[in-house]
Amino acid sequence: MNIDWAALASVFGVSLVVTVALVGLFTLGITGLAKQASTTQAGGAGVLARTRAYACFALCVAAVAYGIYLIVA
Amino acid sequence: MEHITLLLAIVVVTALVFDFTNGFHDTANAMATTISTGALKPKTAVAMSAVLNLVGAFLSVEVAKTISGGIVDEKGLRTEVIFAALVGAILWNLLTWLVGLPSSSSHALFGGLIGAAVMSAGWSSIDGGTVVTKILLPAIAAPLVAGLAALLATRLTYRLNRKMTDEAQLKSTAKGYRAGQIASAGLVSLAHGTNDAQKTMGIITLALVTGGVLAPGSNPPVWVIASAGIAIALGTYLGGWRIIRTMGSGLTDLRPPQGFAAQTSAATVILASSHLGFSLSTTQSCSGAVMGAGLGRKGGVVRWSTATRMFVAWGLTLPAAGLVGAGAEFLTKQGSWGVAVVAVLLVAGSGAIWLLSRRKPVDHTNVNATEGEPAGVVTTAIAAVSPPPAGVSVPDLKTTIHAPTAETPADRPATV
Repeated sequence: MNIDWAALASVFGVSLVVTVALVGLFTLGITGLAKQASTTQAGGAGVLARTRAYACFALCVAAVAYGIYLIVA
Repeated sequence: MEHITLLLAIVVVTALVFDFTNGFHDTANAMATTISTGALKPKTAVAMSAVLNLVGAFLSVEVAKTISGGIVDEKGLRTEVIFAALVGAILWNLLTWLVGLPSSSSHALFGGLIGAAVMSAGWSSIDGGTVVTKILLPAIAAPLVAGLAALLATRLTYRLNRKMTDEAQLKSTAKGYRAGQIASAGLVSLAHGTNDAQKTMGIITLALVTGGVLAPGSNPPVWVIASAGIAIALGTYLGGWRIIRTMGSGLTDLRPPQGFAAQTSAATVILASSHLGFSLSTTQSCSGAVMGAGLGRKGGVVRWSTATRMFVAWGLTLPAAGLVGAGAEFLTKQGSWGVAVVAVLLVAGSGAIWLLSRRKPVDHTNVNATEGEPAGVVTTAIAAVSPPPAGVSVPDLKTTIHAPTAETPADRPATV
């Protein structure tokens, strides 16, 4: 019997880091947009917050795209 | 296609039936959380999952080419053995669906294959080490990995989100969580189509090879790919509502942030495991993720009695499907009449389970019926002390449903 502990550990580590990172990023994105929703007249700061939110979403989209690539490949 | 014997035809049809049960058994993995948090309407969710499963089936044939993965020695396989294995897997899938418990379809198939192979060629045809490394260890690891990831992700998202208090902000974040959840669920569906539809393609191809229709090592023919994809998509669209209910609202009460965290964790674990060389069961990852998300929210409650029944079902999957597979192989060994008897028993058994399910149907209209009632102190206490509802008669229970505290696992029949 030959248990591949290294593979199991890497699955554990990668899953943990990627899940927490993705959920964190996405939450930052939606909270950023939500703050914007209530402070639309903030002006310059609003634009910055919105840009940051979209940057978060872009990273999430990239992760999903990589996921689809993994499925297809 | 011209040399297909009656036996081969039966095996191909049985494999497609297994594929179909696999589809509706595993809809819950992708869509249970999406349905219970209301991100998608039940019918829309299963339709989306079905389409993605169908698309997934056409994406690759890599898994199909390595189907038996070393657990069973292919040289000892006869077509009857494959048939017996499929019978064991189908009956176990239907039984777990009847009691509404998520369990791995692949483990059921492996169990059936192991039982049938042992009956056919003796214990030497099984590699015990492979069983431990490919089935037992992953069964423990999958819920732990996915659960821990979902738990931490849920904590984090609630923490980042704690300043959101006014109505407009909450509305906006809820919308965001729904979108994220749908994306994660879509990934799970796609991955399921590529993995599980291919398992059936692999089985059919294996049967065609052992029956001498195809040359060893050939790719699955187009009609095999198409029919396997369609069977799994139809099964998914039918929706295993009983399992969706258990996973979406039976194990814990999920809110949109938790649903998003759980589904993202499940999708990540599934993709990471299948591409880092340590394959984990989709069903077990998803159930673990749901429980982790349940524990991650302050005041969140996991209904351990339901969870325990699910763990028991996981433990039984391999031996139970194996026993049925072995019994079926014992009969098919007797000759053509044995094969006929097994086929009749399969149809009768499936019919009986379906009739039993009609006594208390669960469909898209009542799939979330247990949702919306917060698991308060009383509910939790009752859930903790209520004995396993073995043998309770279903009609009696219906009369007690009006009381809010009746929302316990006893609500669902546990045994036939």
